[in-house]
Amino acid sequence: MAIIFQKPKALKDTSMHYCPGCTHGIAHRLVAEALDELEIEGRTIGIASVGCSYNSYDYFGCDMIQAPHGRAPAVATGVKRSKPDSIVFTYQGDGDLAAIGTGEIVHAAARGEKITVIFINNTIYGMTSGQMAPTTLLNQYSTTTPYGRIADLHGYPIKVCELLATLDGPAYIERASLADVKQIKNAKKAVKKAFQVQMAGLGFSMVELLSTCPTNWGLNPLESMNRVKDELVLHYPLGVFKGESLEV
Amino acid sequence: MGQKLLMKGNEAIAEAAIRAGCLHYFGYPITPQTEIAHYMAKKLPKVGGVFLQAESEVAAINMVYGAGSTGTRVMTSSSSPGISLKQEGLSYLAGSEVPAVVVNIVRGGPGLGGIQPAQSDYFQATKGGGHGDYKQIVLAPSSVQELYELTVEAFNLADRYRIVVMVMGDGILGQMMEVVEFRDKEPIERPDAPWATTGHGCERSQNVITSIHLSPAVLEKMNLSRLEKYKQIEEKECRYELFNDEDAEFFIVAYGTVARIAKSVIETARQEGLNVGLIRPVTLWPFPRKAIDKVMGTAKAFLTVEMSAGQMLEDVMLSVCGRKPVYFHGRMGGMVPAKEDILQKLREMKEQLG
Ligand code: SF4
Repeated sequence: MAIIFQKPKALKDTSMHYCPGCTHGIAHRLVAEALDELEIEGRTIGIASVGCSYNSYDYFGCDMIQAPHGRAPAVATGVKRSKPDSIVFTYQGDGDLAAIGTGEIVHAAARGEKITVIFINNTIYGMTSGQMAPTTLLNQYSTTTPYGRIADLHGYPIKVCELLATLDGPAYIERASLADVKQIKNAKKAVKKAFQVQMAGLGFSMVELLSTCPTNWGLNPLESMNRVKDELVLHYPLGVFKGESLEV
Repeated sequence: MGQKLLMKGNEAIAEAAIRAGCLHYFGYPITPQTEIAHYMAKKLPKVGGVFLQAESEVAAINMVYGAGSTGTRVMTSSSSPGISLKQEGLSYLAGSEVPAVVVNIVRGGPGLGGIQPAQSDYFQATKGGGHGDYKQIVLAPSSVQELYELTVEAFNLADRYRIVVMVMGDGILGQMMEVVEFRDKEPIERPDAPWATTGHGCERSQNVITSIHLSPAVLEKMNLSRLEKYKQIEEKECRYELFNDEDAEFFIVAYGTVARIAKSVIETARQEGLNVGLIRPVTLWPFPRKAIDKVMGTAKAFLTVEMSAGQMLEDVMLSVCGRKPVYFHGRMGGMVPAKEDILQKLREMKEQLG
């Protein structure tokens, strides 16, 4: 019998702890498929961050390092600079990357570190139970904005792709979405391209993946996907922000 | 021994690191240790190494964490306020048992403090400045020659025990120039690092560097296994120097720059009929308790002298454990204990104890 669908080799054969309807599983799969297709798992070192995916090393089969909160790009820098032939990626959420780790991501991008960043933007802190993230939309409820995010009090959401695209260091920056099959296919291409950019030694690459957090959004999985499609993309437009014409 | 060079303390540290095979340095500028970074920036690119000026102390220590995780010899250096910023990383390095060498050229604090020499980071260095139950080996050189030798040794110790080794000097040691006599060949020990995250090459199982263990039983077990390692280090790696210890009645306990001042005090004291010896801890952790035991027979009292409000003093008191009186003399904020003041303290001790 022909096998038409199977688990990527770069993912371990285990069940994940993520909530029902959470898109972390899809994002993991896309990374693993890229590692498989590019045949780079053996020389890849992944950097897990702090948040729901702190233990992504239980799912990815490549060598992994668990980084302090927000520091994954600095840890990745240390790895890449000491093992230049390796493929290094970080997997970070929005609290990790855009709040406590703002300094690290901006400077890794500015230096053009030859690493790949997978940035999960679900506009909320997942693991610590639904606090406001730097990406939380205006008027969005969270456990620390119980009356909604108010610009006057909490400031405005940060658009990471747009911010980093102002720098000269990054070679490739794209925002994609995990909300439906078509968008996931695009996301898959983006993730793969980000790794190819690194393999070609072209510089820093990042893919932001618009993601869900049904648990802390208080929505069911379907409603969550719809929120990404209907609401998130209006504030976080999909597309390539850097390196559109890049050939890899 | 080989080549002799007149060098600044900070430069001797950098040269020692390169000779020890450390070709990766990540740091952030801060006085009074920046010459280490200057030296590395100049030399490392010429020997195929990497010098990277990080955006912050926090980033620098995390770059060290990344490079150390691949089994690469790596170093960072800073001074007190910068070392405070690195504490998060130091705790992670300890929790994940990643070897690294960290240099602290101490200046006066707290806060931004001053840029003059101090020894007021003793607690932070030896008691675990970051969170959690952990230790790091702390080496305290007292000459430029020793800065060189102990920095080389720091890398061997770090690899042998998968631990952070801190070389702790002060602004005087970092800035002063002395002749250093270099060995022709460094005694480098590099054990295999089968734990390192280098990419499994589809040939071995996955390596993971992590400090998180959400099961309390597992986390306790990890801590217990580290305690076992720390015990071994305490047994095997205590280092100290005894000076004029035969029949001395009073013992100064001092490290680093202050130990040098103590030696000159001892000369003068002898002329006054005061028989004074010196215990100079070279490892601050593990603290050389044996040295205190060794002189207990003749010692009438101990005098701890520090450029702090009395931090090593607590380890001296724990080691003496009430067997003899322990006195203290300290200066702070970049002020250096004067020879005459230490002598006066010894005279008072003699008067009180007879
Ligand atoms: S809390 Fe949110 S982000 Fe975390 S696993 Fe659950 S759904 Fe996913």
